Amino acid sequence: MTVGGESTMIEFRDAGRGHALAQALRRAVDESGRERITVMHVCGSHEQAIARYGLRDLFPERLEVIMGPGCPVCITDTDEVDEAVALARQGVRVLTYGDMLRVPGSVMSLADAKREGADVGVVYSVAEAAAQAVASDAPVVFFATGFETTAVATAAVLLGEPPAGFQVLSAHKYIPPVMEIVAEMPGSRVEGFLAAGHAATITGWGIFDDFVAEHGRPVAVAGFEPLDILAALCRLVEMIARAEPRTINVYPRCVTREGNRCAQQTLWRVFRATGGLWRGIAHVPNGNLRLRGTYARYDAREHFDTSAASSPSTAAARALAGRCRCGDIMSGIATPADCALFERECTPEAPVGACMVSSEGTCRIWQQYGVRSGNGDAAVLGVCPRIP
Amino acid sequence: MSRAYTRINADARSPVATTPGNGRATQITLEHGAGGRAMRELIAQRFVPALAGPAIDGIGLSALDDGAALRLGERWLVVTTDSHVIHPIFFPGGDIGRLAVAGTVNDLAMMGAVRPLALTCAVIIEEGFALADLDRVLRSLAETCREVNVPVVTGDTKVMGRGEIDGIVLNTTGLGLTDRVVTDGGLQRGDRILVSGTIGDHGLAVLSAREDLGLEGELRSDVAPINELIAAAIEAGGVDLVAMKDPTRGGVAASLHEMAGKSGVGVVIEQACLPVSQAVLGAAELLGIDPLVVANEGKAVLAVRAHAADRVVEAMRSLPLGREAAVIGTVVGDHVGQIVLDTGFGRRLLPEPVGEPLPRIC
Repeated sequence: MTVGGESTMIEFRDAGRGHALAQALRRAVDESGRERITVMHVCGSHEQAIARYGLRDLFPERLEVIMGPGCPVCITDTDEVDEAVALARQGVRVLTYGDMLRVPGSVMSLADAKREGADVGVVYSVAEAAAQAVASDAPVVFFATGFETTAVATAAVLLGEPPAGFQVLSAHKYIPPVMEIVAEMPGSRVEGFLAAGHAATITGWGIFDDFVAEHGRPVAVAGFEPLDILAALCRLVEMIARAEPRTINVYPRCVTREGNRCAQQTLWRVFRATGGLWRGIAHVPNGNLRLRGTYARYDAREHFDTSAASSPSTAAARALAGRCRCGDIMSGIATPADCALFERECTPEAPVGACMVSSEGTCRIWQQYGVRSGNGDAAVLGVCPRIP
Repeated sequence: MSRAYTRINADARSPVATTPGNGRATQITLEHGAGGRAMRELIAQRFVPALAGPAIDGIGLSALDDGAALRLGERWLVVTTDSHVIHPIFFPGGDIGRLAVAGTVNDLAMMGAVRPLALTCAVIIEEGFALADLDRVLRSLAETCREVNVPVVTGDTKVMGRGEIDGIVLNTTGLGLTDRVVTDGGLQRGDRILVSGTIGDHGLAVLSAREDLGLEGELRSDVAPINELIAAAIEAGGVDLVAMKDPTRGGVAASLHEMAGKSGVGVVIEQACLPVSQAVLGAAELLGIDPLVVANEGKAVLAVRAHAADRVVEAMRSLPLGREAAVIGTVVGDHVGQIVLDTGFGRRLLPEPVGEPLPRIC
């Protein structure tokens, strides 16, 4: 019940329409005659919406919706966190997004470094970090993380010629290449992808056409309201059932075929794609975004020694980290329920893996929204009486 | 958007004393004061055993209720105490002075003592605190006392050095009498769960003011003494009003977990029935915060036998502070100790808040 005016978000959260779409989805799965259909989303915000609205309760039993490497914080590699920690411990002021603070590196997190006395700060945006550099005599390093969505913001600030004291340690990642990795993983059951609507706003949906042609897996670009997700799943299942892989834009109110040309130009003027490690996943060719030579004056890696101190972590911490299944969870091989540490040794207060740190991490989302088992939610919760 | 949410979690003032992989905390963290599971465990595992004393006739510390109830002949003396820290001390809709009175008066009311006899007020002030601000806090405190018609009968004043305390801390203790003590347990299958009005207003107003999010416009704290509203609910519900709790830190979610856990039942909440103001809905959406885990300072969560639920809702709606009162859920026999949220699309569990996304909001 909304008090004091109508909500503008209601339209795509209409439960009645949601149930109609869920019925269509069930029909599509039934008509496919398939034993099981597996699709993957590659965005933490999709998992968040699915968990928050209890959408798994509505998914047909034979449809498996698994989570891919869609959390920018979670796939930031240990080496990249180590670089930021090394800078902070050298006495350089390091600014970053709040999610990054507690992500464990090989030795410590930025939050640990801060407790040791390092100068680590949290900002809402890269613009805020640049503003701090303007006001400071000492250099300020922005530890820049996230996918093309946040990378464009970083690029835009650098195009604006901030003072030379502003430095960027780029850990930005580029999503399209990792879909290829997941599609080619041996034993991958993934037959189709839900692509993230916000990233596609920038890249355009046309960018997925080559992927679809090469891998024969359909892609549906989806928004983040419950009806967006249900509608996109319907289209995806239909394409899989008919073996007619295409790219379909189910988020036309934001996404076009070409995307945001201006943002793309901004991105590629400042960044180049290069291969690199994604935490827990693999080496992803062209998966890392690094500053071009023309912007070397803003590149923290050019100005500072970012090689990490190699003090060994404790045996106990190593043993725990060894049991962490974040990599499997981000590859869609496992769910948090499959991890023995989930909500036991690994909690938001004492996270073992990055997936429990970030608000976009699958483990954190499952913990926050009380999800206990993938497609079994309905069975777990049973039938509850409604208020008469 | 979710970034803003975790920024608050990971803020410099949130020194979580755990490092990855080393398990339990060895120090007090802000989560221990956030009203959720960490705080409940701290009290149950450390304070209750350490302070165990002679048995009393009534409700004592080990009940972990809103206050204590001691038998006085045929009646009950209800006692409660609360320390108030908040940043900023002046916020949209109220200030620490109003909060100190409302918080304690409401705790008394939740146990059935709707006409408080007296309050005490102890204050600890930081060196350098502006006298004009102190006067403003005291004026507000006195005005709120007049609303309730309760006197402050004794107090204490301490000053600490600059940096040794953050501005001002107010403690109030309240005393009240009641013929029937209402606890926060005793829920039975079929009972209805009610809230007395919109949820999440206080926490989001304070957060917005503190983090300077520029959302203050329509967000206002609901801080208010609601003893008269509770008096009306008790009169309408009689013995069918089973339990009450004020959903402060940890919000409605934490209150429901306590009530369900103590009663050995489950609760199903219908999201569509939750009264949420447009301003709170917008801010919560922007920040990625669920209004169910956000603090309220002028609301109650009530459990009422099904046949009396409408009567109690109507009684509350007849008063200005209860205009948005609503039935939000039902007590069930399964899912013991769990809260199930029906989103309209599907159902999921509503976890007990561990810490709060908003440190130090009351």
